[in-house]
Formats: sequence, structure tokens, C-alpha cells
Amino acid sequence: MKTYIRSASCISPQKTFRSEDFLDNIVEYTGTRLSTIEPDYKEFIDPKLIRRMSHVIKMGVAAAKDCLNQANVEIPDAIITGTAFGCMEDTITFLTRMVEQNEELLPPTAFIQSTHNTVAAQVALMLKCHGYNNTFVHKGISFESALIDAIMLLREQEADNILVGGTEEMVETSFKVLTRLGLYRRQSTSNLQLLSTEAKGSIGGEGAAFFVLSDKASDSNLAELSAIKTLYNIDDIEAGITKFLAENNLKPADIDLVITGKNGDLKNDAVYKQLNSSIFNNSNVANYKHLSGEYSTSSSFALWLAANIIKSGIIPQAVIERKINDKTPKKVLIYNHYLHKYHSLMLVSSI
Amino acid sequence: MRLYGRQNMGSSVYIAGAGVISGIGNNVAEHLRAFEQEQAGMSAITMLNTIHKGELPVAEVKLSNEELAAMTGLSPNTSRTALLSLVAAREALDDAAISDFKSLRTGFVSANTVGGMDKSEDFFVDFLADNNKGQLRNVFDHECGSKTEIVADKLGISDYMTTISTACSSSANAIFYGARLIKNDLLDVVIAGGTDALTKFTLNGFNTLMILDKQLCKPFDEHREGLNLGEGAGYLVLVSEKVAKILTKPAYCKLSGYNNSNDAYHQTASSPDGTGSYLAMKGALEKSGLKPSDIDYINLHGTGTPNNDSAEGTAVKRLFHPHYPPMSSTKSYTGHTLGASGGIEAVFSVLAIKHGIIYPNLRFETQMSELPFQPETKFLKEQTINHVMSNSFGFGGNCTSLIFSRA
Repeated sequence: MKTYIRSASCISPQKTFRSEDFLDNIVEYTGTRLSTIEPDYKEFIDPKLIRRMSHVIKMGVAAAKDCLNQANVEIPDAIITGTAFGCMEDTITFLTRMVEQNEELLPPTAFIQSTHNTVAAQVALMLKCHGYNNTFVHKGISFESALIDAIMLLREQEADNILVGGTEEMVETSFKVLTRLGLYRRQSTSNLQLLSTEAKGSIGGEGAAFFVLSDKASDSNLAELSAIKTLYNIDDIEAGITKFLAENNLKPADIDLVITGKNGDLKNDAVYKQLNSSIFNNSNVANYKHLSGEYSTSSSFALWLAANIIKSGIIPQAVIERKINDKTPKKVLIYNHYLHKYHSLMLVSSI
Repeated sequence: MRLYGRQNMGSSVYIAGAGVISGIGNNVAEHLRAFEQEQAGMSAITMLNTIHKGELPVAEVKLSNEELAAMTGLSPNTSRTALLSLVAAREALDDAAISDFKSLRTGFVSANTVGGMDKSEDFFVDFLADNNKGQLRNVFDHECGSKTEIVADKLGISDYMTTISTACSSSANAIFYGARLIKNDLLDVVIAGGTDALTKFTLNGFNTLMILDKQLCKPFDEHREGLNLGEGAGYLVLVSEKVAKILTKPAYCKLSGYNNSNDAYHQTASSPDGTGSYLAMKGALEKSGLKPSDIDYINLHGTGTPNNDSAEGTAVKRLFHPHYPPMSSTKSYTGHTLGASGGIEAVFSVLAIKHGIIYPNLRFETQMSELPFQPETKFLKEQTINHVMSNSFGFGGNCTSLIFSRA
């Protein structure tokens, strides 16, 4: 069985959503955190509902609906999302009121919308989709866990079309806390200089990327998701990647393009640099976190990028770190790690 | 873990071990005793520092964080959610007594709804006053996934772990995701279930929805007024057919059916006809190849809220009429343990099969006028129980039913 990506939709700090071009006009930001470019939500959501929805719900619903439109799927057979922090805005709203009002006279809306499954639930509600519905919340592999669930459902022949997404919103409070924890830089940087200025910490990010996966071949599919694997606390990542490729009858030299999770943090990036000069020393290399920012489900941005690179045959200039040859990319490997603990490998191929 | 290898969809997944902690006991044996003696776990709040103390009954685990830390070897600063999780997960794994555990492909799939909120809400008080204040050790493990990771590390599981959060159906989904990892031949053994500690966040959240009963809850009673919150954790050890053959004692039963459907009606309320619950139960029956009349006991979701019990009851009626198996809500003992409830009640379901028991629905007095059936009110022993259905329904319309069958 093969898993195909029928469509992909991405709301991000770049012009990725319903864009005519493919990352030709990059948006430069100077600061410590990137926020998404907001689409006109009225196209996707009843204006009466928009006011009550937090940012992640709006982003998630809009990307999900656009993705289904692109695939020409009215109601998917399953909806699966991944998010590490869930609905931060509503969680913090409720928590703040609880503390400030000493647990008295609290309105319920923020609590109701604070559960991690709210995005998947709202999409199901709007579509009246009674099918399988699940939400994974495991740090840097939340989105990957959702993909694994989807691929298993396809193999079990439980579904033909599955909507899978990764969402994360960054709000002031979570950004402040994560900065204190050392994830993000305290000094302002241009996102376009992020990967060339080595420092401690990355740049904040957020986004929503959805995909329709299917096991049915079609010329209109964007790409094949040929394999996915997550590794935990692995000592030798080089061996881990080589083994993953071997399991798929590939050698590192067969990979046309490696998309890495380089994020500008000195410690984080060391492993990518090492791989670029070892197993991938003959590969084209691209990065994406200077465009999306760093967040727990950013690998969903990377999958959107890989699927579009395969479909268009073009590697946008803005993502290229090193170009060794001009071969049309047919095999793309995404390698991302989250704090050196969770490693994610995705192999995306031409159809 | 390799996803594109062999698969064995037709194979069975066996239950090799069970572990549980809740307001009525700290292990399986204490639970069985409390059930037989009809001792509910709800009482006045003693541990949470909240203005609702003395006003809202809850089912607290009767151990402090220090005591849980001593039992588990974790630091007393660890989130209570992880402390509870490790107690139950370890009991389950010890119970399974799998001899060459280390040589097998193992996974941990756990669920919870608010992660380290019990610690984060402390952090937040200082943080709100000054954004540079608040002890970071209370917040760096806030994410739901951190709770799973802490426990997986202690159990020595590294092949695969993940966390599911679908409100009150979370751990039922974790159990059948775990079973599918085995059926897809990705893993040999999965410890699956969920955990949730009481927090001010959830207590106040449910309180704003006005669905908390100020008295002890009365699930499936005409005069029910809401739910009582509880806390705890429950896990099953799921094993492949291959591992089941090398177990040193017989497996409890197998997971024969499961289904996840969405009500797609409202963010928090259930549809009047219980569409999601109906589809979940019906789908689980289809998966198991069983008829409604094959089910010997239903462990109801039965929160005790007017809305849930009405929707669930209607769905049960649609599917089972006129042959109703014995059914009960064990939330009348444990309170509603939210993300843990599906795991805890899955443990009760497999114990029902193993010991031939049916749990009473406590405090039931008056049959619901809209339903032609009432829950079981007596503790029944020496029953022949071959198939048990366990229901877990949650916010966001997430409805899941599991069916356990004698192996």
C-alpha cells in the first residue's frame, strides 16, 4: 500500500496560503517571534463564530477546509490533528481569570475551547463529519503521531481520504515562558539571518498545515509519503537515518534533497551540520525554520514544503542552504529533531 | 518503529496486565474490595487549594504527592498526573510479568487532558504578578506529552511513545491506538491507558458549565444533577498473539472491538439522540463481529449529567432494545476521572471478565422516564461474562467504545 498526499494547505508567517507563487516573495521579520499571515477567515467560517474562536481554531479550520477543497473532498473519512500545546490562548485566558477573580464568576467559553481536541472537533462539527476523530499531543512528534495513525487507518482499509494536520499557536505568555526556558532568543534577529547568526535559542513560530492523505493513486496527487519514523533518545542519529533509508531500500546518495530542522540555535544545529558533512555531503540541503519559526509541529510546514517541491520540481531559493546539483527532486528526506530527544524522519517521493 | 513492513490485521490483541489507581483504591485489589463493599471514593476536597473546598465533593486519590513520590521514586515536585500514571502503569506491567520484556518492541501510549496543569496553575499565580517570576521547574513539564515521557523513561520504554488528548474519551482512544500499533506489527507490547489529576483549572471549568453535582452523583437516575470529578490512572498491557503465547499466566481477555465516532453536534453537549455514542457502540460491535445480545455487561460512560446520560441512554436503547444487558456507571464510585476514565474503566471491564463480576451503579433510585431500562444496582458475583462493552464520550463530540472478550 502507498500513501499519497492529495492536497496540502498551510497558514504560516509566509505567503503560503492560497498563494499563486511558491515562496518567491519571502516576508522578512525582525524580532524574536514570527506570527502567521492571516487569511480572510470569513471565507471559511461563519462570521458570528469567528469572534469567539481563538487563533489556533481559526487557523486550523481554515487550513483544513482549504485543504479539503483542493482535494475536492467534501467530508473526509477521518480527521486527525497533532498539537503539543493545544489551545494556549483559551487556556491562558481561563487560567488568568481564575487567578485574578479568585475562582469566582468565570465565563465558561474559554474553558470549553481549551481542550486539545478543539480544532479536530470544530472541523468535524462544521462538516458534520461523524468519522474517526483523534488528536495527538506529544511534544515534537505530535504531528508525526497523527500521520502514523492516518497511515495505519489507510492500511486497515478503514478510510479512503484522511484529513491530517499540525497546528500550534504562540501567544505572548507561552512565548515568554518558552523564552525563559531557553528555547528562543532574547535578542532581536532578522528571520532571514537566523540560520547564519549562530546564537543561543531560535525564533518563535506558529502555524497550521493540513493534508489529505489517500491510498489511491492519481495524477493530481502532490506526492507520496513513502515512509515516516520517529526515534527517541537515540545516540547515533547517523546510523538511525541510514537504517531508516535502508528499510526503504535507499542509500543516503539516493536522496535528492534533505530538508533539515535547523533553527539557528547553536546546540540544536550541530547535528545537522555534522550530517551535512558526513552522510549527506553529496546532497542538496534546504531549511525552513527561518520562514516558519520554531514550534512543536513545525514539521507539518516541512511536509507542506516537501510535497510542493516534489509537485513543482522547484526548490525555492529561500530555502536552499546548499545546492550540489540541478536534478529534479524526486526523493526528499525531512529530518527534524526536537531538543535532541525526539527525532522525526519523513520520506516524500514523486508519484 | 517501522511503518511499512508486514501487517497482521486479522490478529488478536490480548490483555496481559492491568493497573489502576483512583479515589477508591491504589491498586487492583483495593478496587475489587471497594466495589464489593460498595464504597464510593467521593468526599470533601482535602488537597486542592480552592474556594470550592467543602462545597463540591470530589474523588481524590488518598495519597499525597509526597507519598506518591515515595512509592514511585519520582521527585515530589513531579506533576501529580505523572505520579498517578506511574503507579498504575507499573502495576500493569508488573502484573503482565513478561519475561523478556527488554527484547521486545515496546510502546507506551498514554492520555491526559491538562498535562502538568496542577503545577502550572501554581506557577501562574507568581507569573501573573511579574512575568519574570514563577518557578520554571513548575512549568517546564506543562505539555501533556511530558507526563507520558516521564513514565516511559521510568518503565524503560523507548521504541515508541505518544500521547492522546480527546477530552473524556482520551484513554479509550489510547488503548485502541495501542492495539492497532500491535495489529500493524509495529510493536509487540503496548502499555496503554491514561491519567489525570484533579486541578483547579478543571474543577473551575466544569463548575462554570454548571454540571457538577453538590451531592454525590447519581448516574442514570431520573433526578441526577451532574457529575463529581475524580482523579486517577488506569492502564492495560496489550500484547500480540506471539507474546500472549509466552506469558507465564493466561491473558485476561482480548480487545475484540473498538470504534471512534464523532457526534458532530456541539463542542460540549451531546446530541439528543446520542448519534456519536450510537455510532461508536455500533462500530465496535461490527469490528468484533458480535451482536448486541452477545454483550454481557456495559460499563457506561454515565457521568451523571442530565445531558450525557440522556444521550447515552437513548443510544443504548436504539442499539440494544429490547434485550438490555446489565450495565452500570462506575463513576458512581470513582467520580469522573476525565482523561483517565477510559483507561480506568477498561481495567474494570477486563476485571469483570476475569472475576465474573458486575459492578453496581451506586445511589440509583428512580428510573429515567425516557428510558425503558435501569442500571444494575447490586454487586453480582459468579457471573459468566464473555463480552464487555466500555463507553467513553467527551467534549468535542469524541465518542469511543471498546469491547473486551474472553480469550
